Amino acid sequence: MSEKAFNPTELLICSASRLMPDNTTAFIGTGVPMLAASLAQKMHAPNLVTIFEFGGTGAILDDLPMAVGERRTFHKAVVASGIRDIVETAQRGFIEYGFLGGAQIDPFGNLNSTVIGDHDHPKVRLPGSGGANDVGSHCWQTIAIMRHDRRRFVEKVDFITTPGYLTGPGAREAAGLPPGTGPYRVVTTLAVMGYHPDTKRMMLLATQPGVTVEQVVENTGFQLVIPDDVERNQPPTEEELRILREEVDKDRLYI
Amino acid sequence: MEVIQSGIGELIQPPDINAFREWNRKKQKAMVDKRMTEAEAVRRFIHDGDYIGTELYGTVRCPQSVVNEIVRQGVKDLRVAGQGVYELDILLAAGLVKALDITYIGLEVYGISNCLRREVESGRVDTCIEWSNAGIAWRFKAAAMGVPFIPVRSMLGTDTLKYSAAKVVECPFTGIPICLLPALVLDVGIIHVHRADMYGNAQVDGIQGFCAELARASKTLIVSTEEIVPNEEIRRNPDRTLIPYYLVDAVIEAPYGSHPGEMCYVYERDEEHIKEWVEASKDPETTQTYLDKYIYGVKDHQEYLALIGEERLQYLKQIVPER
Repeated sequence: MSEKAFNPTELLICSASRLMPDNTTAFIGTGVPMLAASLAQKMHAPNLVTIFEFGGTGAILDDLPMAVGERRTFHKAVVASGIRDIVETAQRGFIEYGFLGGAQIDPFGNLNSTVIGDHDHPKVRLPGSGGANDVGSHCWQTIAIMRHDRRRFVEKVDFITTPGYLTGPGAREAAGLPPGTGPYRVVTTLAVMGYHPDTKRMMLLATQPGVTVEQVVENTGFQLVIPDDVERNQPPTEEELRILREEVDKDRLYI
Repeated sequence: MEVIQSGIGELIQPPDINAFREWNRKKQKAMVDKRMTEAEAVRRFIHDGDYIGTELYGTVRCPQSVVNEIVRQGVKDLRVAGQGVYELDILLAAGLVKALDITYIGLEVYGISNCLRREVESGRVDTCIEWSNAGIAWRFKAAAMGVPFIPVRSMLGTDTLKYSAAKVVECPFTGIPICLLPALVLDVGIIHVHRADMYGNAQVDGIQGFCAELARASKTLIVSTEEIVPNEEIRRNPDRTLIPYYLVDAVIEAPYGSHPGEMCYVYERDEEHIKEWVEASKDPETTQTYLDKYIYGVKDHQEYLALIGEERLQYLKQIVPER
């Protein structure tokens, strides 16, 4: 299959989907994570337990939800509870993966979805934390899905809405966040990134199909850790794309 | 307990739990008929400067008929607990909000809120205090418990905490830093439900969001309902009741009360109408035209439904899939 046979959104969805193992719990937000979870359930992870902020646990994503509180988020679910139950479940340590987005991300994976500019006199007022801070505080491993450019990948975010590794190693624990939690992956249309185990700085793991390491570096507004071996992320397979187009998003609401 | 850090945000509704107890002591315990219109409920219970909260998730179970009446009556300088999509956008569009305890105000898949941007960036909303979604729900829980604060592990280490009114203390049992969230007692809570009796015993279907918490954190509670059912029906399934009558001050019969939002199992979200709002909200002039047409231009919820049209409303019921 040629590398142009899929669009950037499809690439993001397939890349994120592969990060959801079977028989794990994943806190799912609006948009790409919903599609990725649905694809994972239909591919390699039929027993992926989807958890939605406002109360749906274990939904079967036959139909694509449009928002985190609507009926599809508890379609054929095992529990329909409420927001406290969900976030307290994360706070107790039951939720393995959490998906996040934001307007800005820094080298330690801190995310901004609150304001561009000064908080009290903002240039752009963004929606605010929503559940993002809760997900980033309590889930064991968080995965950020972002568009990749220098305006979004910045040395310092204007506002830390959601905690990454804060100022570096040990900072989360010092702040009182649960030990052993934190950012795990960043998935973009250019690359898949992780974090250096010692410095907790963002590290390139794999480039997306047709993208060079130089392109990733050029589009990142801070110094990315570049290991000796950078992998090439595999393009979406024909089967992934078929299921995505014919089953997950057959009405083409997102892709 | 040593306070390690204090958020610099203003506590715009301080938690006076003893006053809340006194208030609750005086609340009507008799089962009386509380049915009234949106207009009467808003006139009697919501005043300029009040601190209000709505319970919903996104556009699900949105108490829209009551919010539209607030806009029609122009109740202003409202302080609002903000987790919302369409309904808070409408309050902001009408310029009625002065201060926000904000978690999320946006248009979900349609992006950031134009009205929030205009109101906050211009300074017309003069105070934005930041919290997480669970943070606000836990603040309601603390009020519902009748305690002044609740310890949680959200918000730590972030600017969300710095610009909130939370405090971080050293836990007296474990020594770890823990975030204390102040109880949030609402002057008025507004909730839309699937069914209620005329006394206010109320039930919802599907997920419950933070319905139980907000109901118990409200000094005055306005419940609008898709249908009013006999008290016997409530008593047949008391395990389904999330809100007991003694919390409730007004019961409003509002079929399609969540429109253009949805009610799970009853009707779907009116996607076309939401898109119409998203487009209209981009410009102050078209925002005003929208408000004139759908809110100021109709006298009540019944006229609003007539404007939307029976055909459209029936369609929204027809597209609800089988369970």
